[in-house]
Amino acid sequence: MAMIESATVYRLRPGWRLQWEQAQGRHVLLYPEGMVQLNDSAGAILGQLDGQRDVASLVANLQAQFPDAPAAAIEQDVHEFLLDAARQGWIQHD
Amino acid sequence: MTDRTDTVAVNGATGAPLWLLAELTYRCPLQCVYCSNPLDFAAVEEELTTAEWIEVLTQARAMGAVQMGFSGGEPLVRRDLEELVAEARRLGFYTNLITSGLGLDEARIEALREAGLDHIQISLQAADPDVAAAVAGSPKAHAKKLAMARAVKAAGYPMVLNVVLHRHNIDRIDEIIALCDELGADAVELANCQMYGWAHLNREGLLPSREQLEAAEATTARWRERLAERGRDMRLLFVVPDYYGERPKACMGGWGSIFMTVAPDGAVLPCHSARMLPMRFPNVRDHGLREIWYDSEPFNRYRGDAWMQEPCRSCDERHKDVGGCRCQAYLLTGDAAATDPVCSLSPDHHLIEAARREANAASPAMETLTLRNVHESQVFCRQ
Repeated sequence: MAMIESATVYRLRPGWRLQWEQAQGRHVLLYPEGMVQLNDSAGAILGQLDGQRDVASLVANLQAQFPDAPAAAIEQDVHEFLLDAARQGWIQHD
Repeated sequence: MTDRTDTVAVNGATGAPLWLLAELTYRCPLQCVYCSNPLDFAAVEEELTTAEWIEVLTQARAMGAVQMGFSGGEPLVRRDLEELVAEARRLGFYTNLITSGLGLDEARIEALREAGLDHIQISLQAADPDVAAAVAGSPKAHAKKLAMARAVKAAGYPMVLNVVLHRHNIDRIDEIIALCDELGADAVELANCQMYGWAHLNREGLLPSREQLEAAEATTARWRERLAERGRDMRLLFVVPDYYGERPKACMGGWGSIFMTVAPDGAVLPCHSARMLPMRFPNVRDHGLREIWYDSEPFNRYRGDAWMQEPCRSCDERHKDVGGCRCQAYLLTGDAAATDPVCSLSPDHHLIEAARREANAASPAMETLTLRNVHESQVFCRQ
């Protein structure tokens, strides 16, 4: 099974855009002639991808943002989501 | 974790129009024999002004629309395209330009990029110039398109190419995909021509045989394997013609469900083909978009399932395919509320079977098909 490396810097696929949609009350991922409607955790994770941050600091940020959730569970959720997002071609890394 | 917008809305509260298609003009330098514009497009004279289009964009965005396409005709004919793109982007739309590539040059690509355009989709008619010229009624368009496809890619845009397939080019699909690969496309829509507008008029000369279709699907599948082996990320989307389905498509995700088209003169439609239906669609020059979407009779006529006839009415799949396409039902049966004859359960399905038989027999030559132009259109304006 593929693994997520802590030092990897992911970014959105070129030409794709993450946006908060007030009318839908959620984040959406916009791409040529299409849209993925994201749940809260997916929106929070993708919102961390700024082209600089690696996976480790992304996880640390989210752990600080949600102190009530178990840290290990956040890390696992992030890794699973990034694997899935990369497989679907939403995100890329060098 | 996620849900997609391509799910079908069924009964219940009407949601927001997430998609806006702005058909800026019916003017076009090409004359494609399968154009989806209405046959009588020449009757439309007064296009919306720049200020009127900006008002449309503003209202649609306030309602929740987020994806939008600039289309036509050829949208590049409008000199205010850059201004409209900039306004759309400022409002928060994801902006797609759907173009033939004619009217584009490096300077205009740069101006569109500065305006914030997110995506450009260029259409190709064929891999070889001769077929492309016959389909589009223009001998020089093909070379220009290839040059513009390369320029769009060089400008850093994701490149999505759209190729409309029909019986005169589908056997060359191997060369078509090879050309798209060579151009560096990120995605290719291999869209079999659907039979509306000018395509319906020319149907006998456009619908491929089942044998042609199956061969093309097999070639596409082989290409997918080869691309994967090379690690080349070029998605191939093969769209089967409705006429070879056994169940209809859930057209537009349901009538007045997520999609709204504004035509060049401000008529508001549930899809870009609906203009030929025997109903009067409201116009943004007379009413606000919100009122049109939520309250107008045409937008409510085929929402939900209360309007359905048998066999749809009692069918378990009625919320899956929403009875198919209203335009197709009307074009084939004369009744827009009928079950889409594509469905094998439809009492009119024999019409589809007859069209398939026709397609498997001899077919008119490319040169005999009716080109989409103002002169030909005027014949339909007088009817």
